[in-house]
Amino acid sequence: MKFNDIHKVLLLGSGALKIGEAGEFDYSGSQALKALREEGIETVLVNPNIATVQTSENVADKIYFLPVTPEFVEKVIAKERPDGILLSFGGQTALNCGVALHRQGILEKYNVKVIGTPVEAIIDTEDRDIFNQKLAEIDVNFTKSHATETVEEALKAANELGYPVILRAAYALGGLGSGFCNNDDELKALASKAFTYSNQVLVEKSLKGWKEIEYEVVRDRYDNCITVCNMENFDPLGIHTGESIVVAPSQTLTNSEFHKLRAIAIKIIRHIGIVGECNVQYALDPNSEDYRVIEVNARLSRSSALASKATGYPLAFVAAKLGLGYGLHELKNTVTKVTTACFEPALDYCVVKIPRWDLNKFVGVSKEIGSAMKSVGEIMAIGRSFEEAIQKGLRMIGQGMHGLLGNKHIDDISKELTEPTDMRIFAIADAFANGFSVDKIHDLTKIDKWFICKLKHIFDLGEELKKFNKIEELSDEFLLEVKKAGFSDFQLAKLVYKHTKVDITSDMMLVRDYRKKRGITPFVKQIDTLAAEYPAQTNYLYVTYNGSEHDIDFYDDKKSVIVLGSGAYRIGSSVEFDWCGVNAINTIRKRGYRSIMINYNPETVSTDYDTCDRLYFDELSFERVLDIYDLEMPMGVVVSTGGQIPNNLAMRLYQVNVPVLGTSPLNIDKAEDRNKFSELCDKFNIDQPRWKELTKIEDIMTFADEVGFPLLIRPSYVLSGAAMSVVSNKTELEHFLKLAATVSKQYPVVVTQFIENAKEVDFDAVAQNGELIIYAISEHQEFAGVHSGDATMLFPPQKLYVETVRRIKHVAKLLAKQLEISGPFNMQFLAKDNDIKVIELNLRASRSFPFVSKVLKTNFIEYATDIMLGIKVTPPAKTLFDLEYVGIKAPQFSFSRLAKADPILGVEMASTGEVGCLGENYYEAILKSMLSVGYKIPKKNILISSGPMKDKVQLLGPVQALKEKGFNIFCTRGTSNFFHENGIETSILNWPDDDRKPNIADYIRDHKIDLVINIPKNLSKTELDKDYVIRRMAIDFNIPLLTNARLASAFIMAFTKYSVDDLQIKSWNEYSNNL
Amino acid sequence: MNNLTKAELLLEDGTCYQGYSFGYEGPVAGEVVFNTAMTGYTESLTDPSYKGQILVSTYPLIGNYGIPGDEVQDGMPLFFESDRIHVQALIVSDYSFEYSHWNAKKSLADWLKENKVPGIFGIDTRALTKRLREKGSMLGKIIINNQEPEWYDPNKDNLVAQVSCKEPVTYGNGKYKVVLVDCGVKNAIIRNFIKRDVTITRVPYDYDFSKLEYDGLFISNGPGDPKMCKQTISHISEALKQEKPIFGICLGNQLLALAAGFDTYKLKYGHRSHNQPVLMTGTDKCFITSQNHGFAINLQSIDDNWIPWFNNVNDGTSEGIKHKSKPFFSVQFHPEACGGPVDTEFLFDDFIELIKQYTGK
Repeated sequence: MKFNDIHKVLLLGSGALKIGEAGEFDYSGSQALKALREEGIETVLVNPNIATVQTSENVADKIYFLPVTPEFVEKVIAKERPDGILLSFGGQTALNCGVALHRQGILEKYNVKVIGTPVEAIIDTEDRDIFNQKLAEIDVNFTKSHATETVEEALKAANELGYPVILRAAYALGGLGSGFCNNDDELKALASKAFTYSNQVLVEKSLKGWKEIEYEVVRDRYDNCITVCNMENFDPLGIHTGESIVVAPSQTLTNSEFHKLRAIAIKIIRHIGIVGECNVQYALDPNSEDYRVIEVNARLSRSSALASKATGYPLAFVAAKLGLGYGLHELKNTVTKVTTACFEPALDYCVVKIPRWDLNKFVGVSKEIGSAMKSVGEIMAIGRSFEEAIQKGLRMIGQGMHGLLGNKHIDDISKELTEPTDMRIFAIADAFANGFSVDKIHDLTKIDKWFICKLKHIFDLGEELKKFNKIEELSDEFLLEVKKAGFSDFQLAKLVYKHTKVDITSDMMLVRDYRKKRGITPFVKQIDTLAAEYPAQTNYLYVTYNGSEHDIDFYDDKKSVIVLGSGAYRIGSSVEFDWCGVNAINTIRKRGYRSIMINYNPETVSTDYDTCDRLYFDELSFERVLDIYDLEMPMGVVVSTGGQIPNNLAMRLYQVNVPVLGTSPLNIDKAEDRNKFSELCDKFNIDQPRWKELTKIEDIMTFADEVGFPLLIRPSYVLSGAAMSVVSNKTELEHFLKLAATVSKQYPVVVTQFIENAKEVDFDAVAQNGELIIYAISEHQEFAGVHSGDATMLFPPQKLYVETVRRIKHVAKLLAKQLEISGPFNMQFLAKDNDIKVIELNLRASRSFPFVSKVLKTNFIEYATDIMLGIKVTPPAKTLFDLEYVGIKAPQFSFSRLAKADPILGVEMASTGEVGCLGENYYEAILKSMLSVGYKIPKKNILISSGPMKDKVQLLGPVQALKEKGFNIFCTRGTSNFFHENGIETSILNWPDDDRKPNIADYIRDHKIDLVINIPKNLSKTELDKDYVIRRMAIDFNIPLLTNARLASAFIMAFTKYSVDDLQIKSWNEYSNNL
Repeated sequence: MNNLTKAELLLEDGTCYQGYSFGYEGPVAGEVVFNTAMTGYTESLTDPSYKGQILVSTYPLIGNYGIPGDEVQDGMPLFFESDRIHVQALIVSDYSFEYSHWNAKKSLADWLKENKVPGIFGIDTRALTKRLREKGSMLGKIIINNQEPEWYDPNKDNLVAQVSCKEPVTYGNGKYKVVLVDCGVKNAIIRNFIKRDVTITRVPYDYDFSKLEYDGLFISNGPGDPKMCKQTISHISEALKQEKPIFGICLGNQLLALAAGFDTYKLKYGHRSHNQPVLMTGTDKCFITSQNHGFAINLQSIDDNWIPWFNNVNDGTSEGIKHKSKPFFSVQFHPEACGGPVDTEFLFDDFIELIKQYTGK
């Protein structure tokens, strides 16, 4: 039974989303908080990630938007004096912080009990030597690894084991600093990098090609154990599980293998003494039952979130309850509500997880996937055949793919198969087309033949489809067969009608209408955890063609509303849209409607079946949304809270008479279509940066002559690298157009005037029938040119003219009226002096909605949803001018995971997450938020190299302040000369490509520098290449890096004015209650 | 699909499910039951407890890892639970025509064909399972090539007699002598004994083992209604008068109960899965077990000399009984697993411990 001495509990979140630590921890933390509150326990949460669901009202009792680091958490503990602390729900960040608090004796000092798995057990799993020793004690096989502390030791170990070997940095997130080495040279290079992340590096024999299998194991304090799910990686060992396609349950394991590994997982969890959840990863020999334990994660993980969604078993919720003292058998299965939580889910479907990469967004990054994680999100697809699930999944990742077939082709197939990138699975499809046999593909990829055969089956069906010329020629039987194999109407249209052009909507509708006429429509099935053995009132649903009846009834009463979710997390669209979706759902339920969510991202709260009345864990494609619409016949569909994916469906849904709630899709189109929007702006004399859509190089040159440089170029077809670019002169423009982009009638290029030294302002608002109801104005710390998603945002604005604010509001009101906006919208402005220009208008919720809603403590989405439901709302009494504190949103970058990527801010968004912190003033807030995304206050030495004169000038004051505080300033020669001329003495370091000493490279490598400030002159390639080495070394050697002068100044001014001890430890309520 | 033979499953309530044949193309009838395990089709198909039954797999993807070879160890096929397939037919949603496993020698389809067992795929096994759950296990028949068989109710037959060995057989050469009453024993049980230094004397279900010299008595699993096994029950009643350790599994559990004078009954649709939670009564010990049974002990009928040892956490049914003073116990679930979780394998150790205490060996 439950312990009775726990009344107040502190939960540590995972902070900003980053590669390897993403939305899954919002889901697990939210579940844990729900479990605690259900027990009447007071909850305190530390998490600076303001966009999450867990940092919302009524999820935790007290929320601190502060860094999850021992120094801040100690202060929260001292203030709140909780009885217990949960460490395993906030990823590696929370776990590392918890271990540090334990080691520093802070938990003991304040008498805080670690709930669930004891810290000692966590340490046992994190320290490879202790862990291996623990495994040896119970005769479990593990990869023999040598823990090394120097490069020389690593070299020796590798030679003992024999190449190939794998290196891993101990205590590192998701394989950071790890990789394969085939020889001494590769080892030396990788080892020196790995030692920058950890002082222990493990050298292991490589088991490349073995199957990779995971088990999610749960144990209670009575020693009862279950494995909730096992999963098999489609990609064999060698590719990080976060980079692998994963299926659940395992597909190629016999009963004997399945249960052998299951039994070992239980043996391990018992021996280590986990109370709660852990994850065990195995390598399994594809030619025998030989196995190795690769890793145990003594906490909730990405895999456990996936397992929860794959099975319907709420792992985090149960783990929290077990920590409170319950036994598994004392808890109910939350899906069936009648059976016990002490069971192992039986699936009657198959689940496929596919990672989502965004490697195109980064300059210079290697696209190869391997033992380090690079993906930024993932999707989960459910089907009753593997073919169905994988084809759904390949569409869900949303990179323009239509399933396994019907995509653009891969150039070098053999290379792609042996040295995989994010495109490997499509290369397999192309390999079939080029006559590669299953055996040959297996030899090249080591992917189990079972999977390759399944893909071959899809390919063969595609070939069969090509033999037809009209959909009517297909027999009903064959049409059903291909739908069962996951072919979309789009793929059918493309393969049957042999389309080469992009827009085949009309043929797709032809296919759809024909198959509906023939009665070939999908069925809705429940996920019930017990494969229909017990009746379950579950609302967790998916859609399949492998069935003959629906599990549920439909009510044609117009009392339900469908909300379209945001799909896979990717750069530019992540947890913030989950917050928006969840809040739309909450409002819909509050107003007495049944809420229906469609989404397929396993890392989200919106795909928690507890959140809504019906959850369709399925595609957000036009076809699938219509399928669900046809069955549910809701009052309407909300497309404006899930970011760009649902927004893009608005017009098409409207065209087939689906009621889209809120602003009319016709007006959404007016805002989205560049030409229509400009026309509208021109009509009302609203200024925009000058732009033109051009199809000829000569026209581009003429336009450049007219408006001058720099220019922003946005090609519709890129040959390589990033899609957008800024060019500073004619040579660069010519170079870009020649090498990177195609210009033609079919592929026009949009050229926009690039305005320098302008402020950028975000305007988030909600309107009803064209009347502005509520709004928030945020100012960017960086000047325009840094993507708004990478900018540091200040709300309320700190340095905007009143006149600028007035003009912005005026334009926003005007456009709201003209577009008859009913719902959320966002505008971006440029402000220079008092002139304002509109950059863009989105008739949907934006990335900053949760941030401004929480700072203002006014839920913008609730207003927007009410409006979309047709409820008349009145504007709230408070406005941003009432705030007595400042909120600052700062971006989180994951460059350390993206080998070779240039860590520079530009017109393409590069950040993977964000935080938002509150402070008494600007400096306090900026310091808290920057510390939250991993910046550290430098101890002594700072390196500055600044290109442009204006940035050098900008840094004068801050550098003076640094000197006064006794910091040592190191500079490149030019920068040093500039400071010298201005009366500030700095030490000169030579460029890394210079042989002379003292050299920047040595200083960085030896960790003699605590902060690197490197400001490139402009975003041209030559300028960027010049300083690339400095920036990349800073990242690789884990030294904080700033590349924007205005942000660097703000940070310096903040930490020279405030120390960490000066910062206020105040909860969200303490700030906002005074409003 | 064009070259596939259509086949259908007709239930006694008139429901008909259309699919395609992937096994032997012949008509067959039996009792339709479902199993929710996600692995272990090889083990299930050769489990004698399925005698007379048409097995529905709720897990949709079947055949993935093929069928292993027929290597023999200790006088038993190494990878099978008996020497043949016992199910009448197999119903799945998505048959995997291609298989992949280092241990596989043939496809599931070929194996079914060799053994003249029909297999159907392309059926909504979830819909079918829900029907069986709501209406209870039903009779069914496979119609193939327009051949329709007669209805067949296996519960009216003495199935145990059909699957039991005909003559005593000895396995292993261990220190402890255990008589195994074969009501349709799974090989995994025998393997578990051999592993524990036991010599097994496997005797037919109606064999009078009282004349044999032995240290412990084991009553095996098997198909059908336990009340059919009248001779077995009376032999066990005699054994209950002695002090020699007795252990029963599944049907053996029901037979032990009947021999002790308790009652059994037929469950609506039985337990057939790898995820059944059983609680050891009076403790907080809960085990995940493999199960395959359609009958159970009536909990109310147990007398004061015995305790209800394990109960099912989900539906409260009896999962095992234990004598208060004598070394007799039995469980409804399968501690030998195969397929399924091996978490309760310790019961074999417990039994050997009782034998040690009894014999002093």
